[in-house]
Amino acid sequence: MSTPTILEIRDLKSSFSVRRSGRKYRVNAVDGVSFSLNQGEVLGLVGESGCGKTTVGRSIIRLLEPDSGSVNFKGSAVLTAGGAALRALRMNIRMVFQDPYASLNPRRSIGDSVAEAGDINRLFRGRAERASSIAATLTAVGLDPSFATRYPHELSGGQRQRVGIARSILPAPDVIIADEPVSALDVSVQAQVLNLLMDLREQLGLSIIFISHDLAVVGQISDRISVMYMGRIVESAAVRTILDDPRHPYTRALISAVPKPDPSRRITGAIETGEPPSQFNRPTGCAYAGRCSMAVGRCFVEVPRLRPLGQEDRLAACHLL
Amino acid sequence: MLSVRDLTVSTGPDTAPTDIVSNVSFDVGKGEILGLVGESGCGKSLTSLAIMGLLPQPGPRIRAGHVMLAGTEVTRLQPWERVDAGQGRIAMIFQEPMTSLNPVRRIGDQIAEAVAVSEGISGAAAMARARELIELVRIPDAALQLSAYPHQLSGGMRQRVMIAIALACRPQILIADEPTTALDVTIQIQILGLLRDLCNRFEMSILFITHDMGVIAQLTDRVVVMYAGRIVETAAVDALFEHPGHHYTCALMDCMPARNLGARRLPTIPGQAPPPGSFAASCAFAPRCTAARHACRVSLPPRLRLSEEHETLCAFPLEVGSRK
Repeated sequence: MSTPTILEIRDLKSSFSVRRSGRKYRVNAVDGVSFSLNQGEVLGLVGESGCGKTTVGRSIIRLLEPDSGSVNFKGSAVLTAGGAALRALRMNIRMVFQDPYASLNPRRSIGDSVAEAGDINRLFRGRAERASSIAATLTAVGLDPSFATRYPHELSGGQRQRVGIARSILPAPDVIIADEPVSALDVSVQAQVLNLLMDLREQLGLSIIFISHDLAVVGQISDRISVMYMGRIVESAAVRTILDDPRHPYTRALISAVPKPDPSRRITGAIETGEPPSQFNRPTGCAYAGRCSMAVGRCFVEVPRLRPLGQEDRLAACHLL
Repeated sequence: MLSVRDLTVSTGPDTAPTDIVSNVSFDVGKGEILGLVGESGCGKSLTSLAIMGLLPQPGPRIRAGHVMLAGTEVTRLQPWERVDAGQGRIAMIFQEPMTSLNPVRRIGDQIAEAVAVSEGISGAAAMARARELIELVRIPDAALQLSAYPHQLSGGMRQRVMIAIALACRPQILIADEPTTALDVTIQIQILGLLRDLCNRFEMSILFITHDMGVIAQLTDRVVVMYAGRIVETAAVDALFEHPGHHYTCALMDCMPARNLGARRLPTIPGQAPPPGSFAASCAFAPRCTAARHACRVSLPPRLRLSEEHETLCAFPLEVGSRK
């Protein structure tokens, strides 16, 4: 591996305190996640609702403060940075959110929203530079510069998500964390936005953490995939390795559950594969053991460690592999 | 079982109506799962509400056409009038079960209420039937779950509760409007399996509405594709995936990530879907279609029969074998 690591996450832990029926619970949303993002790479972080993927994304730029762990961006520690240093980091690591309806201020023009990061950090030397920067950014995401004077309600979902992407790339970041950026869009528009992200990555040399529940979408855009379940990474490998030869039982279940556009693989009757355990009552041992058809005694008592498996670069957390 | 003929749903004044669903016709056979697929705003949900007699009032209305349930015309009947006419054996489930369930009542009571309404039994007898239904939809620990509140259940379990409520009227036909869109894939496949199982066991018919071609392929028997308020293609599921006739159907399949796993770029459909009703006299897909000719832009395309049970609303359909 000759490409340098740009972002390194080590043993990230994040928990929330939740009150349910009068009792206080500590929910370990992210329970010791480590991974690294290489320069120019798209890393897909995939998992189902509640697996902690969004918490990981937000913790990296400290929209949520994690409990412990470390995040290292090009040699500087993110989790201990403060003030100006943190602001500078947030210019270099940018987020794209899922819901372009919720993440744009309805009362600000598109141009103002796109330029916001630049305004806050005084990137522009005058109005002309600001306007040309907005125009260039809108053009880069495939929108006409005239959109700058429009408002979010005038735009379609796909256009809004392009604005969301424009906001994130304006300060020329190194890393983008895209949290379910296409989940709210129709398939035909989804494909357009995915292609845009791929183009930008090439043109701007971006490194991307792409968070999604949709394995088909993640498989499309990523170089490498990490699969999360109940706050931990259970398997991590190059995209083709994961898709063609998944090894962790959960990864296998996930891949086989993705609806295939192939009528010869019709569902003929009931399929019962169980549900994830409650976040409030986390089982000891492997979190997937209760749903796993291969589970043995050890799986219920001992948490499997994420360890290299055979080939170079594949990691899996399963006692049986 | 269910027969829809030339259904047209419109908004606006009677003198100048805008048709947001126009001339929709299809049949759902006994024990069959018919898929209704299209993108947001194509009119698929409105079609289902019109069939159920649940169009919001005031709001869009049925301007023309017929809905027949087991041979009886129910088009303009209110839901309670349908029950009086002996045509109450139709039920519907929606995308988000939490908005359909009462958050402050126990699951058991909510299912028993549906049982009471449709079977005229109450008390312990209704609760016993509720328990039967909850076992039917494979909710584990039935006895325990009857006394649970909706918020204590997961999304998948709530959708099972909705299906149990729908089954209370022993439906001959179930309309499922994106029932798995809000669920994770490993939960979705279980709900799809459950629906197929119910279909097999009770010869229930299902009209399954979705935007997901993958779900269509794996669950349905026949498919209706809608675009901008019109049906653009009707076919058996195998025929549709083997050789789609309409360019929109084909494009929709092509831009699915699951079909292109690992490909670096996805084929896309340029532009975006127009609002229904905006192309009253031409092909609504023409502006985005790579095969559009002059005729497509000036006249409504004909409904061509490609084979028995395979129709498309396109003047220049894809030929069999033209697509790998």
